[in-house]
Amino acid sequence: MKSGVGAPTRARIPDKTLRTDRWWLPPLLTNLGLAAFVVYATIRSFWGSAYWVPEHGYLTPFYSPCLSESCLPGSSHFGTPLPELPGWIPLGFLALPFLLGFRLTCYYYRKAYYRSVWQSPTACAVAEPHDRYTGETRFPLIIQNAHRYFFYVAFLISIINTYDAILALTHGLGLGGIILLVNVTLLWAYTLSCHSCRHIAGGRLKHFSKHPVRYRLWTLISKLNVRHMQLAWTTLATLVITDLYVMLVASGVISDLRIIS
Amino acid sequence: MAYTAKFKVWRGDAESGGLHDFDVEVNEGEVVLDIIHRLQATQAPDLAVRWNCKAGKCGSCSAEINGRPRLLCMTRMSTFTEDEVVTVTPMRTFPVIRDLVTDVSFNYTKAREIPSFTPPKDLQPGEYRMQQVDVERSQEFRKCIECFLCQNTCHVVRDHEENKEAFAGPRYLMRIAELEMHPLDTADRVRPAQDEHGLGFCNITKCCTEVCPEHIKITDNALIPMKERVADRKYDPIVWLGNKLFRR
Ligand code: SF4
Ligand code: SF4
Ligand code: FES
Repeated sequence: MKSGVGAPTRARIPDKTLRTDRWWLPPLLTNLGLAAFVVYATIRSFWGSAYWVPEHGYLTPFYSPCLSESCLPGSSHFGTPLPELPGWIPLGFLALPFLLGFRLTCYYYRKAYYRSVWQSPTACAVAEPHDRYTGETRFPLIIQNAHRYFFYVAFLISIINTYDAILALTHGLGLGGIILLVNVTLLWAYTLSCHSCRHIAGGRLKHFSKHPVRYRLWTLISKLNVRHMQLAWTTLATLVITDLYVMLVASGVISDLRIIS
Repeated sequence: MAYTAKFKVWRGDAESGGLHDFDVEVNEGEVVLDIIHRLQATQAPDLAVRWNCKAGKCGSCSAEINGRPRLLCMTRMSTFTEDEVVTVTPMRTFPVIRDLVTDVSFNYTKAREIPSFTPPKDLQPGEYRMQQVDVERSQEFRKCIECFLCQNTCHVVRDHEENKEAFAGPRYLMRIAELEMHPLDTADRVRPAQDEHGLGFCNITKCCTEVCPEHIKITDNALIPMKERVADRKYDPIVWLGNKLFRR
């Protein structure tokens, strides 16, 4: 507190904040939400089974694309260029690090975990616990600038997820297919609402008037972009729901609700 | 209906100070600044407070109310319950002069460090022509009333006095964005934003946006687009190569 609100020239107020509202609640909820997802996603990524329902063509997004010979027959929509993998490597190991990287460097998630995990700051006008602060000026946080590259890969993975969902529809229509479809639609919305995407689409232009198509695109993405936070959380939820449903059907705990078989 | 409210107002100067208790009348429709004025009129004639327009447009009356950076004139008493203690302090990021008045010259220094609008050399005043869609984006930033609430709330300087040297603060990084997005500005704003004005210190935690009384989307529309431009220029090998090859 010596360097910040306790600095010698400032009004002498000993409290780290005088806020009377529940400013600690949002960061707490963020921590709980993120932790729940990380635990679930880690367990499921390493699970190694109950990710594919052959009769209905359901593949969980956590295992897509499945490209090794360890994958269950039928679940490899793009062939098996890779040999069998030792059991401790998640079958989705090609996409997962990029999806994790996309979310870790996402401008919204950065805000969320800087506030809740790193407490820098925990909430606005609440003194942070750190003595020094350099933000994103140096290694390692300077890597956040690579966000656009993760976006490019996430874009490709969204195409793959779309393919998976459409493939499921060729087996008829069931609740699982609808869940896959809703999930992939929201994944697209999250991916396209990315700040880097907004910049690439048109944000980097100085003269919108010279690029009417990109301006239009930028306008549309800007509309999605204001929902980026909501989409970030909704897609965490839909990913879990989708995976859970596929897992339950694949392991025979429940049977898929068929609408058209 | 009139009632008596409990107020705690910070009084003091650079050497010492503390919260003082007041019981003061509140009438329907009043704002916190009205109550401060009533205190001046009835109990504390030498209470220092800066204000001008009482309409949320001059940006003078910035302070912290129950710990939240706000304009005194735009904070309605009806947002508090009648038994709630209302605490008013000066902004906690700038040196205090007296009572609720702080020395905000940090902001003027930062403003002067930004090179002004630089139109093309051969263009005379009066010859400026631009399209509405091209100026629209930066017009949002011109709603700024320079209340410095964002500068005050930003943890980069609020919690780290030593960063004041290197960091321009959200209001002035937004000014750089405004010029950078201006269709007729020719100066290089991108590299200096990162290297001289400390854009990299910002960790996009959005407190500036949260407190801005003009509801400017500072982080989403100014700071993040600037970070993306910096990434184009400094951290993206593909864009760098593209610019080299095609001389955009
Ligand atoms: S978003 Fe950046 S500039 Fe705004 S308050 Fe947070 S750290 Fe400061
Ligand atoms: S950007 Fe908003 S908060 Fe910052 S000085 Fe301007 S009006 Fe005040
Ligand atoms: S008195 Fe002008 S903004 Fe409050």
